[in-house]
Amino acid sequence: MGDALDAAYRADRDRVLARLIGILRDFDLAEDALQDALVAAASTWPVHGVPVNPAGWLVTTARRKAIDRLRSGAASERRNRAWGELSVAWDIGDGTQPIADDRLRLIFTCCHPALTLEAQVALTLRSLGGLSTEEVAKAFLISETALAQRIVRAKRKIRQAGIGYRVPAPDELPDRLAAVLAVVYLIFNAGYLPPSGTDLVRVDLCDEALRLIGVVIDLMPDGPEPLSLAAMMHIQDARRDARVDPQGVPLTLEEQDRSRWDTEKVAAGLALLDRARSVDRPGPYQLKASISAIHVSAPRSDLTDWNTIVRLYDALLLWEPTPVVQLNRAVAVAMADSPAAGLSLMDDPALARPLAEYHLFQATRADLLRRSGRLEEAAVAYRRARQQTNNEAERRFIDRRLQALDAPGVPGGIPKS
Amino acid sequence: MQYMLMIHNDPSTHPTPGDPEWGQLMADYAAFSEQLGSYTGAPLNDPSTATTVRIRNGETLVVDGPFEETKEWMSGYYVIECDNLDQALKAAAMVPSAKFGSVEVRPVAEM
Repeated sequence: MGDALDAAYRADRDRVLARLIGILRDFDLAEDALQDALVAAASTWPVHGVPVNPAGWLVTTARRKAIDRLRSGAASERRNRAWGELSVAWDIGDGTQPIADDRLRLIFTCCHPALTLEAQVALTLRSLGGLSTEEVAKAFLISETALAQRIVRAKRKIRQAGIGYRVPAPDELPDRLAAVLAVVYLIFNAGYLPPSGTDLVRVDLCDEALRLIGVVIDLMPDGPEPLSLAAMMHIQDARRDARVDPQGVPLTLEEQDRSRWDTEKVAAGLALLDRARSVDRPGPYQLKASISAIHVSAPRSDLTDWNTIVRLYDALLLWEPTPVVQLNRAVAVAMADSPAAGLSLMDDPALARPLAEYHLFQATRADLLRRSGRLEEAAVAYRRARQQTNNEAERRFIDRRLQALDAPGVPGGIPKS
Repeated sequence: MQYMLMIHNDPSTHPTPGDPEWGQLMADYAAFSEQLGSYTGAPLNDPSTATTVRIRNGETLVVDGPFEETKEWMSGYYVIECDNLDQALKAAAMVPSAKFGSVEVRPVAEM
């Protein structure tokens, strides 16, 4: 019976919570009431059996518990904290009907641009995710107290500034959807490219982001950008196991053993991209997913269609004219044409200056210098990149490159044996 | 809910009377205010006309000048009724001075 409760909790927690916030108009009251309902389930389900519709039962019970809480001593304080005039909807059925899906409203509320990006991420992971506060705090390298504080502040702003519990109108949707996708991708990348720590990939965050984008796709099945982001994340995730060697050192796309790519995930990613393309409304994520698809479709790295990738980056620059996109385009040009051609693009101050402190800029530059035979300059660039990253796995990768160049990792350090 | 839209401008980048854009700006404000329908609000004179009052130890102190000397100053405000923040933000984006300065949106506290 505990298993039934666990299963209902895991499968339906976000749906139940989203619905309760929709009914109660108060994040904290909804969370407390859901907790009460779970306690009630733990004692009644073993006696009376698992209800036909566990999620509906939880919503009905939690609503009743919320009303109890509002009537109790703390009610006056509660009512003051409640979202405007608290009106509890009464027509929510007897717990046997499927519950309305409010998760889209919850996602758009959590990812509202009036909240800081950090708050959006924290609130999204806490409200819609399956991770504990402790796990979220650990993933973003902040204390649990700081994370809890961030969430409290975000909920307070939602309530006091009147951030609506709503799906944006069509004219607002493109911008607001972009904000949601940015949060999901940020969570994925925090798992895929951890800024520090010893792991190269934090699987829990990647899985969480894949689950979140799955929810968005289920709820907005015709949106080409969510489909494209999902495609890109699946394709990236398919290479997860091949990204590091047995010693935990990262491998470049070129070095990876392609037979270790997860073909099922690749196929799922490509199918998602096909669905996105069928809508004929291109966007930045569709272009990025198309680039990932070209990489993953090449049977060998030297068979990669770099000319098409350059053209896709040209198109992406129209949407996102950022130095990072220019850097990626420079790499594609280096591969399609020559390392020297890529380097001359990278040494353009408009690109180089804003990225001077970015370790992937230095590491990429080092790689192109190495390919051009400018080995001493390559070593200097690798050492700068090494200073700029706190990720141990990345550092091991750079050390290996420096050893291959026959140059010490830190001045005066590790001579090659 | 009620929201206050506080319009902050840097006079060195915002049109002033006599500038070629001034007439258009005033027409835009008239159109915006009409579109809002019911609102409270007004433009304010510049900070050189400000006088600040404080009471300390029972004594009223009156000094020439604004509360705080800043490059940007509040040049006007609207108080409007909205269903939610999104509506208020949409209205803020339509304030003609948003193209030159910035519009801070704050909910009126419910007492």
